[in-house]
Amino acid sequence: MYVEPGIHLMQGDEAIVEGSLIAGCRFFAGYPITPATEIAERMSRRMPQVGGVFMQMEDELASILAIIGASWAGKKAMTATSGPGYSLMQEGLGYAVLTETPIVITDVQRGGPSTGLVTLPSQGDVMQARWGSHGDYGIIALAPSSAQDMFDLVIRAFNLSEEYRNPVVILADEVIAHVREPVKVPPLEEIKIVERRKPSVPPEEYIPYLPDPGEWVAPMPAFGEGYNMLVESVMHDEFGHRIGTDHAAAERTIKRVYYKIEKNVEKIAMYETELMEDAEIAVVSYGSTARTSLRAVREARKLGIKAGILRLITLWPFYDKIIEDIASQVKAIVVPEMNMGKIVREVERAAKGNAEVMSLPKVGGVLHHPDEVLSVIKKAAR
Amino acid sequence: MIPESEFENVLAKKYMRTEIMPHAFCPGCGLGIIERIILMAFEELGWDEWEKTVFVSGIGCSGWVPLYFRRDAAHTLHGRALAFATALKASRPELNVIVVMGDGDSMGIGGNHLIHAARRNIGITAIIATNMLYSLTGGQMAPTTPEGARTQTTPYGSIEPNFDLMELLKAAGATYLARWTTYHFMQAKNSLKKAVKHKGFAAIEILFQCPTYAGRYILNKPDPRDMLQWFKENSVPLTVAKKKDPEELKGKILVGEFLHRTDRVEYTEKLKELEKRAKGG
Ligand SMILES: Cc1ncc(C[n+]2csc(CCOP(=O)(O)OP(=O)(O)O)c2C)c(N)n1
Ligand code: SF4
Ligand SMILES: [Mg+2]
Repeated sequence: MYVEPGIHLMQGDEAIVEGSLIAGCRFFAGYPITPATEIAERMSRRMPQVGGVFMQMEDELASILAIIGASWAGKKAMTATSGPGYSLMQEGLGYAVLTETPIVITDVQRGGPSTGLVTLPSQGDVMQARWGSHGDYGIIALAPSSAQDMFDLVIRAFNLSEEYRNPVVILADEVIAHVREPVKVPPLEEIKIVERRKPSVPPEEYIPYLPDPGEWVAPMPAFGEGYNMLVESVMHDEFGHRIGTDHAAAERTIKRVYYKIEKNVEKIAMYETELMEDAEIAVVSYGSTARTSLRAVREARKLGIKAGILRLITLWPFYDKIIEDIASQVKAIVVPEMNMGKIVREVERAAKGNAEVMSLPKVGGVLHHPDEVLSVIKKAAR
Repeated sequence: MIPESEFENVLAKKYMRTEIMPHAFCPGCGLGIIERIILMAFEELGWDEWEKTVFVSGIGCSGWVPLYFRRDAAHTLHGRALAFATALKASRPELNVIVVMGDGDSMGIGGNHLIHAARRNIGITAIIATNMLYSLTGGQMAPTTPEGARTQTTPYGSIEPNFDLMELLKAAGATYLARWTTYHFMQAKNSLKKAVKHKGFAAIEILFQCPTYAGRYILNKPDPRDMLQWFKENSVPLTVAKKKDPEELKGKILVGEFLHRTDRVEYTEKLKELEKRAKGG
């Protein structure tokens, strides 16, 4: 049923499919789009083998609503898309946020704007992932850097989506989706899987959007289980009843869907550091860019420059503290990104002027060459 | 049997979230009759069917209809109810999934999902509440607005022809189709009972009176009773219509059961077969 434990040579999109099945994903809806199509194709083969449902929908507007519907049917559900499709999904994503529906969305980023650079990688959607839907809300976004990450992070994404009853976005890119690398699949019993918390009280006592004491979200029943849910896209109170002009109730709901993510940043944030102990120059990087950045940092060390790397795995919620710490240690932070400079704004904000922050943008659908990163490290070291 | 005089009271207590009532609907709005049609159908289908039933709706005045029922309900986004419902049905084929949409919701912004749900012949019951315009936003043109009608966005009269939902869905692949008005609530209830039991995509269009906008702007009949009278006088049963020539039927509302096919396999049945094939069985 699942891929055998052990080391497999896998493509990124294969790893994400196998990881999601192990995480418990049993519904996939999607619409073909390069470079995410392979995920849908593989899902169409694999999903029915594990007793799940694969559906090719009529568009991405339908795909995202379908996974929300499947989630309320009691299934873990995912979609995968790229820029144009991800843009179409933004309204639906907001619906999932306000109704606190666990779903996973994989955006295999390609170059934009518009139809853009169909087959080439980009990190242009990182701000869209945070702010793409209207209104105020919290979101979790993870950035894989390898095929192994695709496997591990999709499991983590499903776990987080269940724990926080929130959409989780995987911000992959064309390079990571297509790279073929060894992927270690641990024995099933070693993989942590979070299952949905179901109400333990009878329907009369259940309040659908009121978290239990000490919790951030309420338990979630499925449709047809007798809890008479109101999955309400209109601003609602704890009962799911729509709010007319009850400003206080609206404020409570909005703040909760915002803070349940933002205030748990310490628990949600994942990152890796290398060569940072004595570093004077830090490269802050994520996704496929972290691969070239690591190479550049190692080259710099060979030249006697004390460089290190922080790889952000969780992009959202943004973990200010790790940047603050690094800014107080190093003299400069270099931020290479495959966009015109987006996460660098967050880095600058969190660094609070304690270190010089240098943006290294790259657009046009090509990874930075390690030498490009190295030359900025050298400049920073001078 | 519930005595007629007690009907409203008993139905409301048995089926509705009385704690959030009265409705947000305008006085005399036909959406209350649509709620009653649904509850009367389930009163006859029985409690077991009701317990298997879940609702999905879109955004519009019509989208509020199922939110008053004490059942699971998803009030989705404008136009997207069927996409949510499709996945719900595909994941839980044992549930009766009933989708309530406005005419703009289903045929305007959600038109793509509508034709594809019909094409898949997925076992959903769609109740399409037609009032010939967009009412929640204040009376603008809908894809069902009659050509020539004045609305808030067609001040000189609409120059667009309107959709015929029955023809549209017949071509798209639906397998049960009926159209009634709120004047024909008994017939609508009977069609709804059939639709719920039908294995395949079933759609019932119910023309209802929106006195506030359609009554004032399109029909010049702000009194809901006049609108019901207009439905009565302007609707022609299909059986009668067959004997008339097209000229005589211009501007009339054809009502009746338009289609009942049993030759197409329902989508979730096919899903089960597909799963067997995938598992090598
Ligand atoms: C994406 C989006 N566009 C526009 C709207 C505004 N809007 C809300 S309801 C509606 C039209 C409703 O008309 P209809 O579906 O016919 O339902 P009715 O109110 O007439 O029952 C519109 C345009 C919205 N909520 N979402
Ligand atoms: S505006 Fe029209 S459709 Fe909406 S509640 Fe009022 S009468 Fe009913
Ligand atoms: Mg309407």
